[in-house]
Amino acid sequence: MDSTIFILALLDGVSYAALVFLVSVGLSLIFSVLRIVNVAHGSLYAYGAYVAATLSLAVAPISPWLTFPALLVASVAVGVVVGGVMERFLLRPVYGREDVLQLLITFAVFMIMDNLQRLIWGVQPIFASTPLKLLPNVSVLGVSYTSYQVILLPAVALLTVLGLRYFLRHTLAGAVILAVTEDREAATAIGVDARRVFLVTFMIGASLAALGGALASPTTSLVPGMGADMIVLSFAVAATAGLGQIEGAAVTALMIGIARAFVIYLQPEFEVLVPYLIMVLVLLIRPMGLFGVDKVRKI
Amino acid sequence: MQAPAQTSGSGLRLAIVLGLVALAAIVPILLPSWATLITLVAAKGVVVLGVIILLQAGQVSFGHAMYFAVGAYAVAFWGRHMGPGDLILYLLLGSAAATLFGAVIGLFVVRYREIFFGMLNLAFSMVLWSLLEKLYHYTNGADGIRVVRPTIAGIAFQPETFQYALLYVTLVIAVVASYVAQRYLDSPLGHMLRAIKSNETRLEYLGVSARRVLLIGYVLSAFLCGLGGALVAVAQQIATPEFGYWTKSGEFVFIAILGGSSSALGAFAGSAVFEIVRFYAAAKLANTWQLILGVVLIAIIMFAPNGLVGILNRNRRNAEARR
Amino acid sequence: MSAPLLQARGLEIRFGGVVAADGVDLDVIEGENLAIIGPNGAGKTTFLNISTGYLKPLAGTVTFLGQDITRLPPRAITRLGIARAFQIPQLFLEQTVMENMMIAAAARSGETSGWRRLLDRPEREEMLRLLDSVGVAAFAERRAHELPEGQRKLVDIALALALKPRLLLMDEPTSGVASSEKMGVMDILVAALAREKVSSVFVEHDMDMVERYAHRVAVWSSGRIQTVGPPAQVLGDPEVRQRVIGI
Repeated sequence: MDSTIFILALLDGVSYAALVFLVSVGLSLIFSVLRIVNVAHGSLYAYGAYVAATLSLAVAPISPWLTFPALLVASVAVGVVVGGVMERFLLRPVYGREDVLQLLITFAVFMIMDNLQRLIWGVQPIFASTPLKLLPNVSVLGVSYTSYQVILLPAVALLTVLGLRYFLRHTLAGAVILAVTEDREAATAIGVDARRVFLVTFMIGASLAALGGALASPTTSLVPGMGADMIVLSFAVAATAGLGQIEGAAVTALMIGIARAFVIYLQPEFEVLVPYLIMVLVLLIRPMGLFGVDKVRKI
Repeated sequence: MQAPAQTSGSGLRLAIVLGLVALAAIVPILLPSWATLITLVAAKGVVVLGVIILLQAGQVSFGHAMYFAVGAYAVAFWGRHMGPGDLILYLLLGSAAATLFGAVIGLFVVRYREIFFGMLNLAFSMVLWSLLEKLYHYTNGADGIRVVRPTIAGIAFQPETFQYALLYVTLVIAVVASYVAQRYLDSPLGHMLRAIKSNETRLEYLGVSARRVLLIGYVLSAFLCGLGGALVAVAQQIATPEFGYWTKSGEFVFIAILGGSSSALGAFAGSAVFEIVRFYAAAKLANTWQLILGVVLIAIIMFAPNGLVGILNRNRRNAEARR
Repeated sequence: MSAPLLQARGLEIRFGGVVAADGVDLDVIEGENLAIIGPNGAGKTTFLNISTGYLKPLAGTVTFLGQDITRLPPRAITRLGIARAFQIPQLFLEQTVMENMMIAAAARSGETSGWRRLLDRPEREEMLRLLDSVGVAAFAERRAHELPEGQRKLVDIALALALKPRLLLMDEPTSGVASSEKMGVMDILVAALAREKVSSVFVEHDMDMVERYAHRVAVWSSGRIQTVGPPAQVLGDPEVRQRVIGI
C-alpha cells in the first residue's frame, strides 16, 4: 500500500468517524439516562439528512452560504420536534413497563418513520452537496481532500465531546442529568423532575443523531435504508465503547471508522463486516465495552 | 403459555385451535391467493414461537433472524449445489443447520443477560448478514439464491397443487411445533427457563445452572427459527440476506408482542395480523404497510398489554362475568 | 465429639475500606441450631454469602463435610447439601407456589426433562405436605407475587427445605412475619428441622428468638467472632449485652 492510499484511507476514516460518533453519542446518552435503546435513532439521522437537504436546496439559490445555517436548523428542528413527540407521547406512557415494550415502541416509530420517509422524499437518491463544494480543498501530506470532511466534521465532533463534557460536569442542568443517571429514585426524592430530564435528554440525543445526518447530507446521496444501516452501525460503536461513554464513543468511532476505511481499500467486500466483527470480538471479551465500567450485580 | 390455573378453559382452547386450523386449511380452497399467505403466516408463527421461548426467560434477542436466515440458506445452498431436493430433506437441513449454529453461538451468548444478551445476538446476526450480502461469489449477494420447488415425500407437484401441499405440511408442522413448545414450557426445564426471568439467584441456589437451562431454551428457539426459515424459503422460492437483517429480527419480536408473548396461539395470531396487513396494505394502500403496522403495534402496547390473545381472554372473561 | 458439619477458618473479606470479616473461625456442629448475632452491618450476612459461594473471601477456607467449598459456585454448594433462605424472600414470582416448590423438587433430583410435565412429578404430595407444615398450603395454587410478605418468607424457607439439605442457612427467618405469629412459625420451623435432621445457622436480631431456639450463639462484631456458647451464658455476659444488644 503506497503512502497516498494510506493517507487517503486515514482521512476517509476520520471524516466518517466524526459522523458516526455524533449519532452514536446521542444513542449512548439516551441509553445511559433513560435505559432505552432507541431503535428509531437511525431514522432521526435520516430525517436530519433529508430535512437538511430539502432546506439547503431551497435556500441555496438565495445564497449558497445559507446552507450552513440550514444544516443546523434542520438538526435542531428534527431533534426537538420528532424527539420531543416520541418521548412525551410514546415513551412516557410505558415507563415502568417491561423493557421489551419500550424497545418495541421505538421499533414501531422506526417503521412509521421509515415508511413516511419514502412517502415524503420518494425512493430516488437525493444530492445536496452545496456546503461541501463551498469550502476549499486542503492538502494533507500531499493528498488533496475537502476541508468540509477533514476539518469541519472532525471539528464539530470534537466540539460535541467538549461541549457535552462541559455541559454534564459544569452546569446545573448537566449535574441534574448525571444525578438521574446515577440513581433515579434518590434524585427524584431530592426534588429532581425526572420527567423533564428524560424529555430534555431525549431531545439532545435526537438532535445529535439529526446533526450527524444533516452534516452527512452534503457528502453522500440520500437513499431509503440509510437510517436502518446507521442505527446498527451507531449501536455497534456505542456498545463497543460501552453504553454511556462519551469520550469512549469518540475513540471507538475513530477506531471503527479507520479500520473500515482501510478495509475498503484492501478488501472492499468486507467493508460492512468490519464494525460488527469488532463489536462481536469486543463484547465477547468485555461485555461492558472497551471503556465501560464493570458493574457488580447487586442482589 | 402460563400454565392455566383453571383447566375448564383448556377444552375451549383446543376447540379454538382446531377451528382456526380448519379455517386455515379450507379458506385457501375458496380463495387460492390465500394459500401462500397462510403458509407464510404459519411458517413465521413457528419462528415467533422460538422468539417467545426466549421471552419466557425475560431475554429479548434482536438477532434471531440469523437462525431464520440460516434455515433458509441451508435449503438454498443445497438446491444450488446438489440440485433439487425433497421438502422433508430441506426441513431437516434447515432446522439442523440452525440448531448447530444456535448451539455454537448459544455457548457465548447465554453468559449474558438483558441488554448485553440482546446486543451480542444483534452483533452475531449482523456479521452473518454482512457475509451473506458480500460473499457474492457464494451467495449472489443482495439478489439472493433462488429455491427450486422441491418434491414432497418423493412426489413432484404442479405449481397449483404444490402450494396446497406445502400449506398442509406447514399447518401440521405449526400444530406439532406449538404442542412441543407448550410441553417444553410446562416441563421442569421450561419452568426453570421461566424462573430465569423472575429470579435467577434463587435458581442457582436450588442447584440449577441457569446458563445450561438458558442454552437449552436458546437452541430450541434457534431450531424453531431455522425450521420456519426453511419453510419460508420454499414458500417464497428464494433466500436473500434480508432474511437475516436486524429489521427482520425486530419484526419477529414485534409479532410476538403483538399476538401476546404468553401463548403459542399468540404467535400465530400476531403472525396472521402482521402478514395480512402487509399483504393488503402493500397491494391496495400505496405501500403504507409499515406505517399501519407501526401504529397498530403502538396501540397494542398502550391499550392491550397482553397482545391480541389478551384481548380475546379479556372479552371471554367479561362475557362470563355478565352471565 | 463428632467433626463439625461446616468449618470456617481465618475468613477475611472487606468491602471498600470496611472490614466485614478479619480472621473469622466458626464451626457448625451436626444437629444444632446456631444463631449469629451482632450489630447491624457487622458482616453476619456476609458469612452466609461466603458459605454459599456467593462471595469469595480474600483469605481463609470453608469446609463442608470435610470438603473445601471456598471457591465453589452457589449451585455446586447447594448440591452438596447446603440450602439457603433469604432475608428478602427469593421466589419465582410469576409462577404458582406449587410450581416454585416443584422446581425445587426437580432440581433436587437432577431432573432435566423438557417433555414430562413438571406438575405431574411424583413429589407433588410431598411438597404439599411441606407447604402445609409451614402453614402456607392454602396458597399452593396462587402465584407467588400475590402472597403477602410474611407468607412469601415461609415459602422461601419451604423452598430451601424442599432440597432436603444437611444444613440450612437462614437470614432473619421471621422478619416480615407478623410479630404475633413469630413464635408459632419458629416452633414449626424448629420442629421441621429436628424431624428432617437438618442443622441450621440463623442470623437473628430478636434476642427472645435466640434464647428460645438456638443451641449455641455466636457473637459477630468488628469482623470477628467475639464469643460462642450456649444462649444463657452468652446473653448473660454484660459485655455482650452492651456491645450487641445495647443495654
